[in-house]
Amino acid sequence: MLQFILRRIAVLVPTFIGVSLIAFSFIRLLPGDPVILMAGEHGMTPAQHAAAMHALGLDKSLPLQYLDYLGGVLTGDFGSSVVTKRPVIDEFFSRFPATLELSICAMILAVGIGIPAGMLAAIKRGSVLEQGIMGTALIGYSMPIFWWGPLLIILFSGILGWTPVSGRISLMYYFPTPTGFMLIDSLLSGQEGAFTSALSHLVLPAIVLATIPLAVIARQTRSAMLEVLGEDYVRTARAKGMPPRRVVGIHALRNAMIPVVTTIGLQVGVLMAGAILTETIFSWPGIGKWMVDSVFRRDYPVIQGGLLIIAIIIMLVNLAVDVLYGFINPRIRHT
Amino acid sequence: MALEESISEEAAEELARNETPARRSGLSEFWYYFSENRGAVAGLVVFALLVLVAILAPLLAPHDPNIQFDNAQLLPPAWTSGGEWRFFLGTDAVGRDIFSRLIYGSRFSLFIGIVVVAIALLGGVTVGLIAGYVRGWLDTLIMRIMDVILAFPSLLLALVLVAVLGPGLVNAMIAIAIVLQPHFVRLTRAAVIGEIDREYVISARVAGASPFYLMTRTLLPNCLGPVIVQAALSFSNAILDAAALGFLGMGAQPPTPEWGTMLAESREFILKAWWAVTFPGLAILVTVLAINLMGDGLRDALDPKLKRS
Repeated sequence: MLQFILRRIAVLVPTFIGVSLIAFSFIRLLPGDPVILMAGEHGMTPAQHAAAMHALGLDKSLPLQYLDYLGGVLTGDFGSSVVTKRPVIDEFFSRFPATLELSICAMILAVGIGIPAGMLAAIKRGSVLEQGIMGTALIGYSMPIFWWGPLLIILFSGILGWTPVSGRISLMYYFPTPTGFMLIDSLLSGQEGAFTSALSHLVLPAIVLATIPLAVIARQTRSAMLEVLGEDYVRTARAKGMPPRRVVGIHALRNAMIPVVTTIGLQVGVLMAGAILTETIFSWPGIGKWMVDSVFRRDYPVIQGGLLIIAIIIMLVNLAVDVLYGFINPRIRHT
Repeated sequence: MALEESISEEAAEELARNETPARRSGLSEFWYYFSENRGAVAGLVVFALLVLVAILAPLLAPHDPNIQFDNAQLLPPAWTSGGEWRFFLGTDAVGRDIFSRLIYGSRFSLFIGIVVVAIALLGGVTVGLIAGYVRGWLDTLIMRIMDVILAFPSLLLALVLVAVLGPGLVNAMIAIAIVLQPHFVRLTRAAVIGEIDREYVISARVAGASPFYLMTRTLLPNCLGPVIVQAALSFSNAILDAAALGFLGMGAQPPTPEWGTMLAESREFILKAWWAVTFPGLAILVTVLAINLMGDGLRDALDPKLKRS
């Protein structure tokens, strides 16, 4: 098992180097003066400019610059924002909990509804119910979520007036945020109505972000389940008179979950892409909105750093999924 | 958006190995399997209608998509109170006819889909053929580069690429093609590896076929099944991603009647003018849904492994 994990990590190294090379070369591909791009300084004398070039290490050769950059990245230095002058890594971690909270809630929705729906569709194969579930899943899978979000706002915020349109919590509440998770912090604050406010802000974005992963998980669960239900051991279990509920719940489900776990892991990338749109629609102060805002502000160090941090997170999650996959499916370990 | 039901390199190889020699007796067998899937046929019909609408846009659209009518800003759809029948689906904030803009917008969506898939498919299949045929260090290098591209969420990478290249429809299409292309590389490479030791390939090689001939004439036709299914998936992804970039203000620029851009323009009127938001999105959904339905049918018809289930 340890060997398997080490081998997976070894495969990550070239990918990490490639990802960091892309992030590194991104700024150098941009037209324009690198000092202005990296530090946002304007109207400098040539001497100041040269000093800035030197301070940023831009007077060195490209391979040396890359090694400097890589060294910085490995020690947690991703550069500083041109706009706020704060380190990119600090800006990232001040916004990350918002995205994490939203993503976790979306994933709970997607898994909690997607797996039972997919199972139901597989068990009731050929029924109207299956067609309904799979039709809905295909619509969800095809959904432009940047439209789905506004539609929900029109219905629930505009017509029904049930939910707020944007943000994480009503402005009338103010309390310290030790965990960064608004649902937990609002409970800890003990202020009346704070939790309800946080929850009502979260519901619509979580539904929007969950839509595509939910559809993918439901589709994947159904096909994995159908495959497993045709296996000999399921037929044997049925033949010896085991109640259908136990056959499906114990024998089939556990084996069908193997490909579904991989699918769930792959959804992390989908969630990050979805977060870009969802957070923009709902003005949710997370990583996705941060990246979009930075693109508009031309805050290149933030775009560069954010791109790399997000890629690293996704790589680590994929590693974790691979390891988990090897754990539940011993066959994988030995190939 | 990373909608791709992406499969890992190993899984793709596994799939290719298991693939039984396909019985491809032409179009009729294809149609037999495809038409068994009623959803796929419905998708095909809708898609064909969309193509017709795109071609005939100047004849079908009641107005010029960019003309701003005075005193007709944010008119609701014709069947609601305050609506006018000359603006069937209402007007946007500057008095343009939404119906006409949607009709012209279909041209952009189909154009985006075709161009992006063509670039990604040509590039991906070529690179995948070479990787699978040559193997060795070149194969390793190519596949690691593809891993790197796939390590980024597709929309984020496209967004950043557009930030480098500058906002606009052409740059958005280039960015999306780059992001979609690794899937074609993986599938083609896996299919080539699955086929290359088969007898028909060996006999062609022994008969003196050049590597180029082997790749393009012998191997390629037998590797196209999964690639075509992926092309359908990529088509809908390209349309969604391009619309998403348009929505973020990084794709097609106003006043282009691209559906995602139309959505972005009407976002601030979302609670005042539901129609300006609803119809462009509905157009995107219907188009993407039709293509995905077709994609499912293509998979049934072209993928022998799944045919049994």
